[in-house]
Amino acid sequence: MSVVLFKAILVVLLFLISLGIAAYSTYAERKVAAFLQDRIGPDRAGPFGLLQPIADGVKMFLKEEIIPTLSDKFLFILGPSIFMVTTLMVSAVIPWGMPLEFGGEIYALQVADINIGILYILGVVSLGVYGIMIGGWASNNKYALLGAIRASSQMISYELAMGMSVVAILLMTNGSLSLNNIVEAQGTGKLYGFINVSGMNWNVFYQPVAFLIFLICAFAEANRTPFDLPESESELIGGFHTEYSSMKLGLYLFGEYINMFISSAVISCLFFGGYNFPGIDYLGTILPHNIVSIISLLVMFGKIFFFIFLFMWVRWTIPRFRYDQLMRLGWQILMPIAIVNVLLTAAAITLFGN
Amino acid sequence: MQLTNRSKVVTQPEMTWVEKLYLPAIFSGLQITIKHLFRKKATLKYPEVQKAFAPVYRGMHVLKRDEQGRENCTACGLCAVSCPAEAITMDAAERKKGEEHLYREEKYAAKYEINMLRCIYCGLCEEACPKDAIYLTDRIVPSEYTRGEFVFGKDMLVEKIEERVDISKRQKNYTI
Repeated sequence: MSVVLFKAILVVLLFLISLGIAAYSTYAERKVAAFLQDRIGPDRAGPFGLLQPIADGVKMFLKEEIIPTLSDKFLFILGPSIFMVTTLMVSAVIPWGMPLEFGGEIYALQVADINIGILYILGVVSLGVYGIMIGGWASNNKYALLGAIRASSQMISYELAMGMSVVAILLMTNGSLSLNNIVEAQGTGKLYGFINVSGMNWNVFYQPVAFLIFLICAFAEANRTPFDLPESESELIGGFHTEYSSMKLGLYLFGEYINMFISSAVISCLFFGGYNFPGIDYLGTILPHNIVSIISLLVMFGKIFFFIFLFMWVRWTIPRFRYDQLMRLGWQILMPIAIVNVLLTAAAITLFGN
Repeated sequence: MQLTNRSKVVTQPEMTWVEKLYLPAIFSGLQITIKHLFRKKATLKYPEVQKAFAPVYRGMHVLKRDEQGRENCTACGLCAVSCPAEAITMDAAERKKGEEHLYREEKYAAKYEINMLRCIYCGLCEEACPKDAIYLTDRIVPSEYTRGEFVFGKDMLVEKIEERVDISKRQKNYTI
């Protein structure tokens, strides 16, 4: 099996997994919401309501497709497409597990190990806001426009703090922007230099502040509560997707969940050691390499699912921020803290070595 | 001027630095919500499980018959007088010879109508009735398509001889 074929299969698989996880995130969201509110949630379609996403999907497909007369038709269709494409593109640089090995050949569980992985993620994610902006503007609707404006200003404000918090991580991995290097660095070495547990050298133990900032910014980037001002149903009907219907609306809603999945993956990669888990070296000595790889893949997905749950947990706990609070938090609190964090990290690395 | 001692002075103090971080409040909120994850759910899966009525539930009325299947109602009109919603109307008639097996006393209600949309299910008719004729039961008033259909006549209200309506459950729990 050539590497190209393997990559092609991986791409298709990732596409399907992203969509599948997004579909079941909608189900999980409703279940989590229900359970946190002492309810049961959807339980009629299939056992435990497991077929609910399919029913929702079919419903979305069968809805009438409405394009407002006064909208810009080309941009109206372009908006959700851009949003979906950009959210799906991010998954290309994430290392999902340890490389597999077949007949001496190594197949990395990563579509593209580019040396500017983080930069690529930040870039593509910020492209995603164009989907929202174009969609909101093309709708020719006040609510949609307001939502789009909110989305863009929110993205710009939080991307800075997000980038700054990542800089601290980059300093620790000798300035390598490759996600693969970052994850591998967290699997080697001792925690704090003396706790010898293999695969436990996670960045979150060194950079809790950066983690917190990144997490908050991830919430804002994924337009999740408490930062869901772009679509806030109670104020703006649906925000940027007010005028959308049928599968174009479906793409927006789906894209949001894929976004959540990808942000969870990025958070686990940057701060929670990606596919590394405690005792990974020991398992490597007693089990075949490929089995360990698959375990690492499962561990990665376990971490991702935890963060998806965290996203939902937070959504059903805290109310939405006010717009001025959002801006103040982004610019006056997160930004300075992130910058100070970078300076402190740099100073610590200079003084104590790594 | 202080009218009660329940008044509270409302202040809006400046938030402290820790409070401005929002994080402690958010964490305590997360703790509260996660506790609910493991709580017993309040939901009843409706078509399979139905919520039991309270023992004193007041639903659709019934006009009772006695043990021999004769209607108790004598059309005295006390229920109509006591009804705060003025939902009850009736026409009285005199019992003819040969109708002794139908009506218990010499006078009976030829027409007895309750407008179920006016009725507030207070149960005052039941209390006013001197002949143990009208009772509220734990049956649900059926839904109809027009307003007119909600005026229930004797065909809906009088209990059938072969299927008596049990009112003892409510009466047992009923104290004034």
